Amino acid sequence: MESEIASEKDGTKEAAVVAKYKRGAKTSLKGIVNKKVKRQLVEKEVLFEEAAVTASKVEQWLLPSEGGYLEAEGLEDTRHFSQESIVKEVDVTSAQKAFDLSLPDLGPYVQDYNRSGRYLVLAGRKGHLAIMDWKQARLIMELQVRETVRDVKYLHNELFFAVAQKKYVYIYDKKGVEIHCLRDHISPLKLEFLPHHFLLASVDKGGVLRYQDTSTGHMVAQHRTHLGRSGVMCMNPYNSVMGLGHSNGSVTMWSPNMSTPLATILCQRGPVTAVAFEQAGLQMVTGGMDGKVKVWDVRKLVPLHTYFAPTTPKSLDISQKGLLAVASGSKIEIWRDALTSKQVKPYMTHRLAKAAQAQDLSFCPYEDVLAVGHSMGLSSLLVPGSGEPNFDTYVANPFETVKQRREAEVHSLLDKLPSELIVLDPTQVGAVQRSGKENVLAKSSLRREANIANAVAAGKPVAVKHKTKGRDKPSKRHRKKFTNVITATRAKIAEQSAAKAKASQVKPVSEDNDSIPRALARFKRKG
Amino acid sequence: MKVKLITRSEDDFTRERSQDLQKVFRNLDPSLHPQERAHEYVRALNAVKLEKVFAKPFIGALSGHMDGVSCLAKNPRHLNSLVSASLDGDIRLWDVAYKRTVRQFPGHKGAVRGLAVSRDGEHLVSCGDDCVVRLWQIPGSFVGEATGEDVDVPVATYQGKNAFRTVDHHWNSSIFVTGGSQVDVWDHNRSEPTNSFTWGADSIVSVRFNPSETDVFATTASDRSIALYDLRMGTPLRKLIMQTRTNMVSWNPREAFNFTSANEDGNCYSYDMRKLNRATCIHMDHVSAVMDVDFSPTGREFVTGSYDRTIRIFPYNGGHSKEVYHTKRMQRVFAVKFSGDGSYLMSGSDDTNIRLWKGKASEQLGVLLPREKQKHAYLSAVKERYKHLPEISRIDRYRHLPKPVYKATKVRHASDDAERKRASRKRAHSAPGSIPHTPARKKRIVAELE
Repeated sequence: MESEIASEKDGTKEAAVVAKYKRGAKTSLKGIVNKKVKRQLVEKEVLFEEAAVTASKVEQWLLPSEGGYLEAEGLEDTRHFSQESIVKEVDVTSAQKAFDLSLPDLGPYVQDYNRSGRYLVLAGRKGHLAIMDWKQARLIMELQVRETVRDVKYLHNELFFAVAQKKYVYIYDKKGVEIHCLRDHISPLKLEFLPHHFLLASVDKGGVLRYQDTSTGHMVAQHRTHLGRSGVMCMNPYNSVMGLGHSNGSVTMWSPNMSTPLATILCQRGPVTAVAFEQAGLQMVTGGMDGKVKVWDVRKLVPLHTYFAPTTPKSLDISQKGLLAVASGSKIEIWRDALTSKQVKPYMTHRLAKAAQAQDLSFCPYEDVLAVGHSMGLSSLLVPGSGEPNFDTYVANPFETVKQRREAEVHSLLDKLPSELIVLDPTQVGAVQRSGKENVLAKSSLRREANIANAVAAGKPVAVKHKTKGRDKPSKRHRKKFTNVITATRAKIAEQSAAKAKASQVKPVSEDNDSIPRALARFKRKG
Repeated sequence: MKVKLITRSEDDFTRERSQDLQKVFRNLDPSLHPQERAHEYVRALNAVKLEKVFAKPFIGALSGHMDGVSCLAKNPRHLNSLVSASLDGDIRLWDVAYKRTVRQFPGHKGAVRGLAVSRDGEHLVSCGDDCVVRLWQIPGSFVGEATGEDVDVPVATYQGKNAFRTVDHHWNSSIFVTGGSQVDVWDHNRSEPTNSFTWGADSIVSVRFNPSETDVFATTASDRSIALYDLRMGTPLRKLIMQTRTNMVSWNPREAFNFTSANEDGNCYSYDMRKLNRATCIHMDHVSAVMDVDFSPTGREFVTGSYDRTIRIFPYNGGHSKEVYHTKRMQRVFAVKFSGDGSYLMSGSDDTNIRLWKGKASEQLGVLLPREKQKHAYLSAVKERYKHLPEISRIDRYRHLPKPVYKATKVRHASDDAERKRASRKRAHSAPGSIPHTPARKKRIVAELE
């Protein structure tokens, strides 16, 4: 009996894993007349199913590494575990990943990991730039640019990084040599890099969003947000759409193809201070001056959950496994499963030493590490269960050799996506575009079906307010009560009457026309 | 407290020695591979563009003939063997791989009009304007022989009364059929025809044996007919008369009841031999008479050579060609053949050259590494998936045409449109039903006789 239950559990788990690898629902064969097309579609579906099952088996058996975890025993609570206690418990190589860089003079610091998480670039507000091979605690390059530095971002590989300095964006190489000065980006506040499109995006003091192609040097787009200064920007990795947070509390989503936002959501009361997107692109998290952290459904643009930060959240980040980190003041809170369901307490908490004020948070890809840039330097915290344990060599390889890096660069340039393909729904690419009329029809039929289903299921009368004299007649009240209710019978009657009207439109063909020659038919008296 | 962090030892993820291959790890999680449709689309687009870059179908020319090449025959036993004949009576056996003449078969006076190789690859039959059919022995192995030009004498000669236009050899016996003023059936060992067929007094232009039902053969004649015969019966089977003459027929080797005919009006018509009242498909694109047609051994495509100086490859069920080959120097094409493995084409033209082409214009020649094969397979799958998108289909469809062909195509389209418009107007202004709508597949058929 027990084994039966266990096998059943395994079965449901397996089905869930298979579902993860499926690309949408099966094609409906309804209305397809052509037998050949039908058979081809059926065969395709079989192949898709096979591919999903194979991929799930790969996940089950072939992946080399397992993810990290942190579990409380007895009366313990994971949020009370300090970094010191975690460091004591883990192995030596993992313990080395937790460190503090004390750089009190040139902060606050911001940082960025490269795509494989092997290298770390950090930048102090007062002009200090450094690159580290952080796992080996090796400083690769250090540079003082003697200018305000606001943000730093790695480009497509670890050889180049872009820095938002006082007036312009600069690109430096691994040795600290200035490669380019991008004078089109004026007084930038925040940078983002779109690795699939080779686009460097910056947003500046005037609220202008700029996209520049780093492979050709082309200025792809310059959009005025008309919403004032914005220093909050984050890319949605699912569709490469850029989310900007504004001082009026709204978050706008941008693509280089449209000069107006693709979507605008009023997220916070008061200015937005931080935005982060989940890796699968389903949820967005915003933090505002009002001290709230809100989780949003990006597809429906509706709020899901609200959390309260101790003070104004300064920075947010979501890890590959969906852990949410919130930095407010000197306190770092890490939440688990906070996006999918409302949680009551954080997974982990950390307080920065010497009341350092956190500036920037970044989870390290493929590692259980969170880097916090703050006013006293940079801290690397251990967050078990945050990173994706298994990397893909062709996506980002932490053990990449020089030759592999060169090859990957060429391949990524060959596969470079044109900026026109940045859309809210990336599955639209290559799909059939319906005509406007068809869209309207499909939507109205959906609406009608939903209405009928609702009416049949609920059939609840609507509460009607009492109104002034004369407008409160019983007949009017009754009519009002049922104006928005579409019952099943009502829909049926409407359909019948429509069919009747249609039938009455068709005129019977007069039969005696045949007796008259065609040429003379027009002279025949009508009626 | 139970705690574990991701740890990876470098030894597990890197190669041990520098001679080893780099270790590769895959994680197929869709969230690590965002925007995969966009990536696939870009790959398909690049693949289609690269296909255009690498589309260099011409491999080489076999030169040696002193007059226009009138007919070609491939040896079913040897992939690299080809026999060609020219209008001055010269017959040559070629080693295709080395592009050299191995043997010459002199004897014909005047043009050679027909060539056929027996199924065992040992005998060659040739016929021509000099009213003589000659049977030749094909040397068994010629690979490696460096003797170069060598001459041969016929094994047998058969005298006819009139000039011969065509010949084809039976698939599994020592019988061959010639066409001229009548259809004659010959045996290797008999000096007179064993049987003769006449149906109408016009000259026979081509003869082709059915590869499956080996006693059945099809002929085309200058009375615009396509006729079917059976050796086991004393009389012809069926006849189809079209509006213009058919120059050649070719049986589909995989569906041997279907054949495709090359017509004088620039179209090819595919027929089912059991149902000749309508064509199964009309293959349009040539702008002048189609002179020869030959099926690929796969039966999925066939090649045509035309008087408009181009060679086209058609899918067996497609109305338009998927490929067109031409060069500046190639003149009117009289004969085309698919190679025995379906990956090369041979064409003989009026400019005395035999040209070798790739069956797929952008195919990579030579031995492919497994990963190259995988890459090609992936790219072709992606192309297939996104072929309907406008940018990809535009690039994929585009073919450069010589100016005369391009203009002639336009003129043909204009005249076709005008004709269609005229017919529809006539129909609109006539009594309903008085002008019946004839489907295009039936339009060119005049009569079907039994």
